[in-house]
Parts: sequence; C-alpha cells; structure tokens
Amino acid sequence: MKNNYNFHIGRITPLPRDNVDTDQIIPKQFLKSIKKSGFGPNLFDAWRYEDEGYPGQEVSERLINKDFILNQKKFIGADVLLSKDNFGCGSSREHAVWSLMDFGFKVVIAQSFADIFYNNCFKNGLLPIKLPEEIITKLFDIAEQKKEIEIDLLNQVIVCEGNEFCRFEIDPFRKESILEGLDEIGLSLKFSEDIKNFEIQRSHDAPWVFNKRNEG
Amino acid sequence: MSKTLYDKLWDAHAVIQRNDGTHLLYIDRHLIHEVTSPQAFEGLKLAKRKPWRISANIATPDHNVPTTNREEGLDGISDEVAKLQVTTLDDNCKEYGITQFDILDKRQGIVHVVGPEQGITLPGMTIVCGDSHTSTHGALATLAMGIGTSEVEHVLATQCLVASKLKNMKVSIDGDLSNGVSAKDVTLAIIEKIGTAGGTGYAIEYCGEVIKNMSIEGRMTVCNMAIEAGARAGLVAFDKRTLEYVQNRPYSPRGKDLQHAISQWNELKSDEDAIFEEIIHIDGSSLKPKVSWGTSPEMVIDIDGIIPEASSESLSHALKYMDLKPGMKLSDIKLDQVFIGSCTNSRIEDLRIAAQVVKGKKVSDTIKRAIVVPGSGLVSAAAVKEGLDQVFLEAGFEWRAPGCSMCLAMNPDQLGEGEHCASTSNRNFEGRQGYGGRTHLVSPATAAAAAISGHFVDVRELIK
Repeated sequence: MKNNYNFHIGRITPLPRDNVDTDQIIPKQFLKSIKKSGFGPNLFDAWRYEDEGYPGQEVSERLINKDFILNQKKFIGADVLLSKDNFGCGSSREHAVWSLMDFGFKVVIAQSFADIFYNNCFKNGLLPIKLPEEIITKLFDIAEQKKEIEIDLLNQVIVCEGNEFCRFEIDPFRKESILEGLDEIGLSLKFSEDIKNFEIQRSHDAPWVFNKRNEG
Repeated sequence: MSKTLYDKLWDAHAVIQRNDGTHLLYIDRHLIHEVTSPQAFEGLKLAKRKPWRISANIATPDHNVPTTNREEGLDGISDEVAKLQVTTLDDNCKEYGITQFDILDKRQGIVHVVGPEQGITLPGMTIVCGDSHTSTHGALATLAMGIGTSEVEHVLATQCLVASKLKNMKVSIDGDLSNGVSAKDVTLAIIEKIGTAGGTGYAIEYCGEVIKNMSIEGRMTVCNMAIEAGARAGLVAFDKRTLEYVQNRPYSPRGKDLQHAISQWNELKSDEDAIFEEIIHIDGSSLKPKVSWGTSPEMVIDIDGIIPEASSESLSHALKYMDLKPGMKLSDIKLDQVFIGSCTNSRIEDLRIAAQVVKGKKVSDTIKRAIVVPGSGLVSAAAVKEGLDQVFLEAGFEWRAPGCSMCLAMNPDQLGEGEHCASTSNRNFEGRQGYGGRTHLVSPATAAAAAISGHFVDVRELIK
C-alpha cells in the first residue's frame, strides 16, 4: 500500500483540533485485525458515526454523524488532512497511518506531530508536513474555500492558484523514502557485515546481554 | 566530552551512521505482543526474511487477553477476532522459535511488567517494543522506545532500528513527597507542566531527590508516562536501587558476569557537566495528589482544584465529552467504576499501596464495579501470598487475571457509555476505556480512596 510520488494535487479536509490522538484516528476495537488493510471505513470511527463501531459491521447500516468533517459533502474527496498541534499522539499503532491511507488521505499537514506517528507515516508513504501556526491558519481558510493545493515534494513547496504558498522542511532520507518508495530493511541489510561485527564486539563487551535464562 | 546517560546509551549502540545522517542503532532486546506484531511477521515472511537473532525476542499476549476464565486458556477468549490475534502470536513464536510466555504461562503479563520482572530488561540495554509505553524500561537505565509495526519488522530482520538522535531533557524533581503522594502524581505533574507535546523530540532523564529516593517500581511509573509528555524515551540513572532490583532475576547475570556488568552499569549516569537542551524543575514537596479531568493527559488538576474554564476549543470539547462544568470540584463527579491496573500501575508496590487504603473498608454502594488487574502472573502470585487479593475481595473489589485490561479496553473489561472511572492507567482519550467512557487518571492510592468514598477524596486525609 506504499505510495510513491513527488507531486500531489488535492483539496483540504480541515480538522481544527490539537492533540488528535491515535485512539481517535482508529479506535482499539479495530486493532484486532492481523492485516494492514480495511481500516478506512473506521477512520475516526467515534467522531464519524453516532453508533458504537465494531469490526465486521455493515457501514451502510450505521448512523452517520452528519456534522463531522469527513461526512460533509463539500469535503468528499479532499485527500489532504489538515490539523493543529501534536497530531497522532498516544499509542504507537501503525494502524492509524494504515487507516488514514485506506480512507484515501495522501498528505497530512499539521503544526506538529507526535514522534512515533510521524515515523510511521514515512514507513508507508503517507506524507506528513509540519508548518508553523500562521501558515496552518491560512490553510484552514483555503480548505473552507475548497481551493486545490499542489504539494511538490521534490522542491518542498506548496503552490496555491499558481503561486508559491509556502515551503516546507523534510529530512532528506525521509523525503527519498517517499519519492523512491525504498525498501528500508533491504537498505539496512546492506550493512549486514557492520551489524555482525558490532554484534561480535557487543557479545564480548557485554556477554550477559546475550545470555539465555538461568537454569533453576 | 561529557555525556548524558542518553548519549552514553546511544553511543554504545550506534552501529553505523549512514550518508543521510541517520544511524543504525543496535537493539539488545525486542519485546513482542499480539496486537502490533502480526503484520510484521507477515512482512518478514513475504520478503522471505528470517529474524536476525532469535534470542533477542521475548513475547507475551497482553492487550486483548480476557481477565476472567483464564484457566480455560485460548478457549476463554470469546471474541473470535481477538482469539485469532493471540493464536497468530502463538504460531509466529512457534515457527521462529521465539520464547513466549503464553496465555497459560504463570509468567504471562503486561509486556512492560514482565520484562523487568524477568531480568529481560537490564541496565545499559537498548529495548524496543511495538508499544508506546516501552519508555517504562528506561527506569532501569536502558534506552527503551516504542516503535510502529514497520519498525517491528525492521528490528526482527536486522536487529537494528533506523534512528536519529533525540535531544536531551532533564526533569529534576526535588524535595520530599508527602505521604499519600506517589510516582503517578509526579508523572502527571510533569505532563501538566510541560504538556503532551513538551517532550516531543526529546529523551527525558528524570532525576532529583524524589527520583533518587523512589523505588524502581515508582521510577517505572514515571518513565512509563514519558510518552504522554511526548517523549519517546524516559530514563533514570543506575544506582544501588537499580542493582538491588535486577539481581537474581531469571535472565539477569550471575557470578563473574554480574561483576563485569556492574563495572559497566556504574557508568550509566549523566556526567556532571553534561549538556541538556532543556531543564525542568519541579518541587516535589509541594505536590498534591493529581487527577485528570479531561481527555488529554495534560488536563490535570490537584485533588483540591476546580474544573477549569473553557478557554480554548480543545478545553470546551473536553468539558463537553466529560460532561463537566467549569468551577466544579472533583468530589462533585459521580464515579461509576474504579480500575487498578495497567503497565503504569499494576506492580506489587501499586497493589500494596491500594490495599493499605482499602483494608477493612468497603467499596461504596454507588460504585458499579471496582477491579484490580495485576500486571503479571507473578505479581498476582506475590499479591496472593501477601493476602492482598483477600483485602481487595473483602472490600468488594473484583480480583482479575493479568493483562492490559481496561487501560485500553480491547478485551471485555470496558466502561459503559457516559460512565466515569477513577483509573490508574495512562490515557484519558475519548473512548479509550470503552465507547463514550470517561477516564480520570489517578494514582493507586487515589483510585482506592475513590472506590471507598464513591467520589474523589484527598487520600492524604484518609490515611492520616
């Protein structure tokens, strides 16, 4: 399900809240799945529906919360999610990223992200963009006006109505991992010899780390 | 150059720096549970890869095991979807030869209780687990971090984590805690002060008189909630208490190995002139029991405080969800359930503190349910040996089998819609303990006092 892209054009879904936690993004009852897909219908489940959700439910039979942003007609298909401070805080569940992507979000823009969520995004090709508060405020206006924005990852710039709207920072390796869709494990295994040598040294320096359980 | 404890642990595990500036960090221990591992094992299989070092991995099911009918093992799990996750962990561990304390093993429990208890967690190690509360293990002078499922797969395959170095923060808690104020109140006070994003990008080292005099169990409670302050890792320096705790555990070193280890462990502290990018001071002597009123762990007030005004959208949303009005006292909140457990507060010391408050008293008639869920089979056995289970049972608590239970309510232990719970867990997010449930994070002493009184009270008054 990994995205590889360098350019995305889309409209914005605004979620003007601080501290959107991963329990809200995907509630725990859906974490019982042993797969990475199928979480989209339950993204923001408790906010999106007025009844309690459980795995395997028919979505068509559920009570929709018409006020929630994902259910408002004007934001249908707006695949850039915009939020405020500390997005993705809480649990390490990667299911949060899988559910945002399964729903169709390609980019999440926020004032700041929790560390583990931010990391998890890149492992799957969901682009998280951090921007300062004053720019986030302007983007909320753009979202309401239903304008499209162009996110150019290669040049690290967001364009709106043909003009440069803002630039954004991103770690070069993380940028590459989204641009190229890198196999991170494969890349790390290129250093197998270094890892082996390190391990031999460590087992000499701190043999107890490699001990099995004591008998008796 | 002088180094912080975090710097030392980092330097001792950095295998190589890649061209892009990230490091491969060698991982000594990898703890595994049923919820965040199935997709990682599947990824490993699809890529035809094998775990790098089998013995580095230890597994136990904890998140969705039931806390009743445990003697029935897998048959006691009525939820078929949950059962498949637990059996998938069984299958993966068998296939790869990974040691698992399975649902029927007396050592089974919450992964963050089991690791230290078994001596699987040892000072100086790097430890990861697909669970954000892995920060708990930092209490034993380890570098321990929660990781996502892709990283679980990466660690299985390479024994390394791709990592960038965190910044250093020092949180010094000075003075003496008053009787009735404990580690949980300390960690809530820190989150109240720096906020849930205050530690983002940092490893937090906890120090000061209060930490120095705190038990290892208490330090684990403090480090456990580093993640609620935004920090992926929390740490405490090695000292005599650490050594006392780790000795003679099933996986800890013996004899010459131990002497060798101690000589290294003694170095596991920040150098005196080490540089921290951020330093926070908290006066431990003035701390009161803390209670969270809202839907974020930073929404915390003192036991004698009042519910704040709706001065922001987040606060007004939280007030509405919690059905509270500004100006209310905590004692005005009608409590429905009490939960003593979770990786934050389910160790023997937590149960002792709660039992001391409860002893000879009865759970209030207005409390629908009060449960105690020990952190592991061994904690449970130790508590039974001391007669703590009887203290709780006689007071009207339910005594359950070990697991994460109502902390995240993946198993049948859940709050009903609109119910308020005094909970020793770590997150008060909307719906965390059950759909529409309302969580108040507190210490074991405050939870026990609330169970007896039927509402929040200052436990310091109760134990005078």
